[in-house]
Amino acid sequence: MTALAASTRAEFLRLRRWPAVWAMAGAWLLLNVTFGYVFPYLSYRNGGGFANDGVDARRLLASVLPGEVPVAVVRGMPMFGGAILFALGALAAGSGYGWGTWKTAFTQGLRRRAVLGGTFAGLAGCVIALVLGTFAVDLGVAMALAAAEGQGLRGPAPIDLALALGGGFLVLILWATAGLAVGTLTRNPALAVALGLVWTLAVENLLRAVSSLLDWLRPVTDVLPGTAAGSTVAALGAEPVSRGGSPGVVDNLGGGPATALTFAYIVVFVIITGVLARRDVT
Amino acid sequence: MSETTGTIAPPDAAVAVHTRGLTKRYGEHLAVDAVDLTVRRGEMYGFLGPNGAGKTTTLRMIVGLIRPTGGTATVAGRPAGAPAANRGVGALVEGPGFYPYLNGRDNLRVLARYRGLGEAEVGRALERVGLAARAHDRFKTYSLGMKQRLGLAAALLGDPGLLILDEPTNGLDPAGVGEMRRLLTGLVAAGHTVLLSSHMLSEVQEMCDRVGVINKGRLVAESTVGELLGAGRLRVRADPMATALAVSRRLAGDDTVTVTDGVLHLRIDPRRAAEVTRALVAADVEVHEISPIERSLEEVFFEMTANAEAVR
Repeated sequence: MTALAASTRAEFLRLRRWPAVWAMAGAWLLLNVTFGYVFPYLSYRNGGGFANDGVDARRLLASVLPGEVPVAVVRGMPMFGGAILFALGALAAGSGYGWGTWKTAFTQGLRRRAVLGGTFAGLAGCVIALVLGTFAVDLGVAMALAAAEGQGLRGPAPIDLALALGGGFLVLILWATAGLAVGTLTRNPALAVALGLVWTLAVENLLRAVSSLLDWLRPVTDVLPGTAAGSTVAALGAEPVSRGGSPGVVDNLGGGPATALTFAYIVVFVIITGVLARRDVT
Repeated sequence: MSETTGTIAPPDAAVAVHTRGLTKRYGEHLAVDAVDLTVRRGEMYGFLGPNGAGKTTTLRMIVGLIRPTGGTATVAGRPAGAPAANRGVGALVEGPGFYPYLNGRDNLRVLARYRGLGEAEVGRALERVGLAARAHDRFKTYSLGMKQRLGLAAALLGDPGLLILDEPTNGLDPAGVGEMRRLLTGLVAAGHTVLLSSHMLSEVQEMCDRVGVINKGRLVAESTVGELLGAGRLRVRADPMATALAVSRRLAGDDTVTVTDGVLHLRIDPRRAAEVTRALVAADVEVHEISPIERSLEEVFFEMTANAEAVR
C-alpha cells in the first residue's frame, strides 16, 4: 500500500466519524432545501409574493421542478456552500494543531505531504458525497413538488447534470482547500473559521460592490476565489445576483476562464498547505 | 518532513539514537545547545532535566517534528525525522494527541492505517496497556492516566524497536506507574530500546541503564546510573582533625575535602575508603568513623542543575 493510500484510509476514518462533518453537511442541505425549494415554493403558492416578491409565479414553479435540479444543486455553493466547506477545511487542518493529532500523525513514518495528501483526499471524498447527497435530496424534493402540483417528472438532461455535479465539486473543493490552507497557516481552527466566514460572506461581496464604483478595482475582484466560484456556477445556468439570483453567483467571468481559475486556486491552496505544513510542530 | 543539517555519520548497529552538536535556536533563545547524546540499542535511557531545559525540544528533533538549527541526529543510522527512521519508532512526545470525538480503539485504528497495520495490532496494543475494557469510550471522557495509556498504546503499535516516551507516567496513579515500569522493563528485556524522559527520578534510577542530564540546553552529564551515583562521598570522623584534614587533602585534592560540624566530607569514590583509612592511621590519626554517603539520583540531579527551576 502506498503512503498516500494509507493516509487516505486513515483520514477517511477520522473524517467519517467526526460529528462536525455531519453537522456541516446537514446545515448545507438544510440551507439548500430551504432557499432552493421551501421559500420559492411558498412564494409560488402565495402568487409570486413573499420572499420572491414580483417574480413570475410560473418561473418560481419551474425553478423547483426536476428539470432545474442541476441549477438548484449549485446555486448556493459559491457563498453558503463555500463558507461551510471553508469551515470544514479549516477545522480539518487547524484542529490537529490544538489536539496534537498532527504531532501524532507526523511521527507515524509517512512524509508530511503524504499525510496532507490523505487529508485532501478525505475532504475530496466528503465533497463528492455532499454534492451527490445534495443532488439526491434536491431531486427527491423536486419530484415530490412536481407530483403535488401535477407537473411532469422529467429529470434534467444528463449533460447538464454531469456539468453541475462537476462544477459543484470544483466550487466546494476550492473553498475546502482554502480552509485547509488558512487552518494550516493559523494553526487555530476558531481563527481560521472566523477569517473564512468574514471573507466568503462579507469581504468579497463588499469588494465586488465597491469595484462597480472604482474601475481600477475590477481586475482584482474579477480574479478573487469567490468570483471564480460564482462565475463557474453562473455558467452552469444559475441566475447572477445582479439579476435577482442567489447571493455569490456572479457573471464577471465566462465559464472557461472561471473554471480554469477555480482549478488554479485549488492547486495554489494545496501547494500553500504543503509548504506551510513543513514548519516546526511545537 | 524535518531533516537534520550537517554530515550524517555511518550507521552503527549498536546505536539507536545519536545526536552530534544538535542545536535549536529560537531567535536569541538557545533552546538546545550542541547536544551530543547516544542511546545504545537495547538499553533504557533516562533523559533528565528541569523545566525548560530542552528535553522535549530535543525529543521533537529526534522524531522530526522540529528542524534543528544545527548539528545532526540519527535514528538507527537514518536521518532523524525521515519516514524510514520514524517507521521504527513509537513516540509519545509531550502528552498524547488524539481526536477527542473518537473512541480509544478508533483513534488507534487511524494510526494503524497510517502505518499500514491491521486491526489485530490495535487490539494487542490496547491489551498491553490495560485499556481494552474502555476502548469503546470516547477519548474526551478519559482520565489523564487513561490518555497516557492510550498514548503508550499508540507508541507500541507495530512493535517498534525504539520507544521515545516523554513523561509517560504523567497522570498515572501509583498502580499505573508500577504497571508502566513493568511494561517498559519487559520491553527492554525483549530487546527494545527506550528513550525515556521523566520527572520521577526514583523510577529512572531504578529502571534506566544510562541517563543523560540536560540543563539550560546543554547535556551536562551522560553516563550509567551507577557511574553517576558513584561520584559519591566519604564521611570521616577522626582525631586530630587538623592532621586528618591535611592527610585527606593530600590524598583527594584540596577542592574535594570540606569540614562540616567537625566531620570531614571527602568527594571521592567511596570504594577508596580503605586507602583513606590506611593513610590516616599511618599519620597517627584516630579514625572513629569512615562511611560512604550514599546519594540518590535526585541529589545528583539537583547538584547538577543547582541553578535551575524545580524538576517537573
